[in-house]
Amino acid sequence: MSAVLPAPPASGGLVARALRHPSFAIGAVLTLLLVAAAVLSLAWSPYPPAEIDIPHKLQAPSAAHWFGTDSLGRDIASQLLVGARASILVGVFAVLIGFSIGAALGLLASARGGWVEEGVMRLSDFTFAFPALLSAILLGAIYGPGLVTGIVAIGVFNIPVFARVTRAAANAIWAREYVLAARTAGKNRWQITWDHVVPNVASVLIVQATNQFATAIIAEAALSYLGLGTQPPMPSWGRMLNEAQTQMFQAPMLAVYPGMAIVLAVLGLNLMGDGLRDLLDPKLARKR
Amino acid sequence: MSVFLLKRFATFVATLAVASVLVFAVLDVLPGNVAQVILGDTATPESIAALEARLGLNRPALVRYGDWVGGLLQGRTAQSYSYDTPTATLIGERLQVTLPLALLAMAFTVLIGISAGVYAAARQNKAGDVGVMALSQLGIAVPNFWFAILLILLFAVKLQWVNAGGFPGWSEDDGGGLWPGLVALLLPAIALAVVQAAVLSRWTRSAVLETLREDYVRTARAKGLSRRAVLWKHVLRNAMIPVLTILGLQFAFLISGTVVVENVFVLPGIGRLVFQAIANRDLVVVRDVVLLLVAMVVVVNFVVDVLYAVIDPRLKPSDA
Repeated sequence: MSAVLPAPPASGGLVARALRHPSFAIGAVLTLLLVAAAVLSLAWSPYPPAEIDIPHKLQAPSAAHWFGTDSLGRDIASQLLVGARASILVGVFAVLIGFSIGAALGLLASARGGWVEEGVMRLSDFTFAFPALLSAILLGAIYGPGLVTGIVAIGVFNIPVFARVTRAAANAIWAREYVLAARTAGKNRWQITWDHVVPNVASVLIVQATNQFATAIIAEAALSYLGLGTQPPMPSWGRMLNEAQTQMFQAPMLAVYPGMAIVLAVLGLNLMGDGLRDLLDPKLARKR
Repeated sequence: MSVFLLKRFATFVATLAVASVLVFAVLDVLPGNVAQVILGDTATPESIAALEARLGLNRPALVRYGDWVGGLLQGRTAQSYSYDTPTATLIGERLQVTLPLALLAMAFTVLIGISAGVYAAARQNKAGDVGVMALSQLGIAVPNFWFAILLILLFAVKLQWVNAGGFPGWSEDDGGGLWPGLVALLLPAIALAVVQAAVLSRWTRSAVLETLREDYVRTARAKGLSRRAVLWKHVLRNAMIPVLTILGLQFAFLISGTVVVENVFVLPGIGRLVFQAIANRDLVVVRDVVLLLVAMVVVVNFVVDVLYAVIDPRLKPSDA
């Protein structure tokens, strides 16, 4: 007689476990702060972020300006708030590009195997030789810098990442007995991909998406620092760091605030990704 | 193993070839009129025609590509539009900063990352492990160029131990020297290494823990070998195999990080060259520099593949 495995916990159990998981809980709070800042900035900021006020430049933090002002008198708090928008925009679209094309390629490679799989993997190997920054340099040299250039450059680099992760996870599913049974029952490879592979690789891809979102935020900040990303007047944490560097001797803290914002956003997403990895692992779920 | 290496060499050559086609296509074909891009929208038709003739842009794309690649293979490069110097000369000068910086950063990455990873794995779930993993989690979240700015704030602005940027040169005749040059590259190398070391420490810890669970490790301990002896004699060599692969991938991130960090410290390396070239719309320089950076990544990954074959005995031909 075969042993009966305990049923996996219901979805309500997942939420409760998620809230008790330290990594996920801390990460989720930080991520929510990032999203809240971006959403709030659509409706309100303490000051217009691009408003120049030279008489009040390089002021220390005060009740009027919570984080002080920069070399043009612009409110730092407002720029930090609105800067979250650029990070979210780039993160969302760059991950969408990578996820949609990469996951599709990975599923195709796994389902077809043979030369199709080989071709997809060689293509992804090749794309790894072009880090997002180099792609942005290439595109920026021709089409000019900007938010779209950054999104495309980072998104293209995400494609092989998702392709590899999807293919590896999908190959493991294709080796399972229930897939063999489905093939024996007459299902074609696309039906099996849709019915069995996609639901079982979804959790892996969700975790990867949070990690790539974090990577995209850092990449956007680097591009903006170099002048290849978000352009004025839209604030960007990376460009704030570039401008702060010229004022390092007069106002060193100007270089700290945008960096801390980046660190907190990326840390939140990475912790959330780590937590999701644990929570969505069925082996760990059964142990609980 | 020779079949493995031949396959890898074929992939290496193919990747370089495809990269060159892509770089050429993006910078030379896609923009349409490259002379127009270089001179800008206000350029007159006469100046555009003159530049086209000078850069040979009126020839077919395939001829231009063949000329470019053929020249590179013979050590001949095109003339930079803004510097009026062969790009090879420009790149050669700048590599004297970028290469030592990348190597120094890689050395720090390996030293810190592998030590931290092995330390954490040997103390799994204890305070040491938790501390290292927390630090590595923080390290991964810190942008290398922000860390570079913080290092400047501390060591140059606050403590005034070093200059905030610049490079004195390797030659004492120019007011520099070996030691001043290394000092100038120290902070940039640390800034680059911190993030990569954080990533490497997590991979190393994972690889060492995986290897510690192997049966032969249990056998070695049962035979009476100490934990330290088992770690050094049996575990590390096997754990380094996947770590080596990650190092190769990390080099790509290190190279792009070098481009950013050079701009933070105002180092006259490849990173500064490519950004000056973009500002000057000198697409010839941008093309050659981007291909060089891609080639460096591909070469390093090929070297990693070769080392992989050397280290992993399963890839060697069996003895008769």
